[in-house]
Amino acid sequence: MTLPEIIQFVIDLLAVLLLALGIKGLSKVKSARDANRLAAFAMSLSVVGLLSYYLGTSGIAIQSWIWIIIGSIIGSLFGAILAKKVPMTSMPETVALFNGCGGMSSLLVALGVAIFPISTSSLINQVSISVSIFVGAITFTGSIVAMAKLQGWLSTPGWTQSKVRHFVNIVFAVASLIAFFDLINGNIGSIWLLVIVSFLLGIGVTLPIGGADMPVVISLLNSYSGIAAAAAGFVVNSQLLIIAGAMVGAAGLILTQVMCKGMNRSLVSVLFGGSLSAQSTASSSSGEYTNITSCSVEECALTLEAANKVIIVPGYGLAVAQAQHTLREVTKKLEQNGIEVVYAIHPVAGRMPGHMNVLLAEADVPYEQLKEMDVVNPDFPATDVVLVLGANDVVNPQAKNDSSSPLYGMPVLDVQEARTVFVIKRGMSAGYSGIKNDLFDLPNTSMVFGDAKKVLNDLIGELKDLGVGEK
Amino acid sequence: MTFINLLWVLLLGSLLGLELIGKVPPTLHTPLMSGANAISGITMLAALTCIVKAEGNVPLLIIGSVSLGFALFNVVGGFFVTDRMLAMFSRKPSNKK
Repeated sequence: MTLPEIIQFVIDLLAVLLLALGIKGLSKVKSARDANRLAAFAMSLSVVGLLSYYLGTSGIAIQSWIWIIIGSIIGSLFGAILAKKVPMTSMPETVALFNGCGGMSSLLVALGVAIFPISTSSLINQVSISVSIFVGAITFTGSIVAMAKLQGWLSTPGWTQSKVRHFVNIVFAVASLIAFFDLINGNIGSIWLLVIVSFLLGIGVTLPIGGADMPVVISLLNSYSGIAAAAAGFVVNSQLLIIAGAMVGAAGLILTQVMCKGMNRSLVSVLFGGSLSAQSTASSSSGEYTNITSCSVEECALTLEAANKVIIVPGYGLAVAQAQHTLREVTKKLEQNGIEVVYAIHPVAGRMPGHMNVLLAEADVPYEQLKEMDVVNPDFPATDVVLVLGANDVVNPQAKNDSSSPLYGMPVLDVQEARTVFVIKRGMSAGYSGIKNDLFDLPNTSMVFGDAKKVLNDLIGELKDLGVGEK
Repeated sequence: MTFINLLWVLLLGSLLGLELIGKVPPTLHTPLMSGANAISGITMLAALTCIVKAEGNVPLLIIGSVSLGFALFNVVGGFFVTDRMLAMFSRKPSNKK
């Protein structure tokens, strides 16, 4: 081993160690922030290692420096700006976008190396190039479709719910396989076919998936981008890339599994089952509401004032209305009146597991007040008032009672056990799964119609009039 | 590095990834996903290699540079976003004191 090789080897070793410690630390609340910085440091270290190796051996041409600087500045700048500007509510979309770009990067490297070989091309080289392009392309278009769906730019077209989609996707898959073998046979032109059909496959696979399942898809695509990075590692012969890519790929799979469990969906049904709402239209569970009680904000305030224990069930609707800070105002008032307030967090509340915790943390809700589903469920019978804010499917009793419901078996919050349930909602539209919520028909449930933020603001006013929270 | 050795690296890296996050509190799912996502931008190393080895081949330089841009967009944005999310958690203990 020459000196530059030894230096790079040591730096790589250190970088892998720090990256592993980083991922490990990210799974604990206390160490998470430092772990994130550690991982960022490890990444910059790996760049230093690589550049120092080339400086010590072949040297780096001025022209190369120029292109390195151009790419770095533009990419980092856009990344930093987006990361600073994006509101917390659109976190899932943002992660999807970043992820797609990671996939795109792997694809471009493989494409570049395929067209202009930088080392002697071998069979292994061509296989890894193909894998990198295939996975990278699927990651890119899949992530972009996921982002567009979460942003509401894209709806689920009807034809994607019919059997036709399987046929279309199989055609794409077969076409990519043909392109793959053609490429290995030395026909470099078929690389474009591979790129195009892989792009199309990414779209075709993601488009039929309903919005409710999107977090799982993003997590899976995150895993793919790790695999794409590992494949790119084979292309340029870098162990560090392979290790880091494999770690992300494996960790992403675990996370995907955890999310599936939380939603009681199997990965297979998420990927091939189509959108939940499409299934439910055929089932008996869809129907008209018969027994809706709606009430005013004033009644809601009166009931809250008389309560001893209140549980808040926040959902995505709260996040969309940006009402987490207003909610915090309301709960502060209640607490000052000696009312016990707890937040019940369903594992998939919001659009992604943990998303709701992030949003509530932003509004300074004490960590101890956030209770996970299993912890809080036994408390509902002893609870006076439950406030459901923009959550829907996660409080649907159908999941427990109606075996014909597509939601059946999904773990839900047993809010109906509480004495009174207030559901703050803009209208009677169905939740993200598109399924009727039996909770709304129950006698102890009252609907408070309106935008979450406006209702909460009104609630603050009413509570003030009642003298709640003023000492 | 022979191909076989690289395959061992792939296998062990995957096993490491499976083991690293056994138990994650749901609170951290989103930040963890976002952080792992930033790390997947490690393909920036591949892009750098591409640029360095291009030897004046302008199309390859451009492809490498664009690829580097995409990767760094992922890395820088990913780490910043994760930090923003996590900053909200770490503020909590200091508030309580």
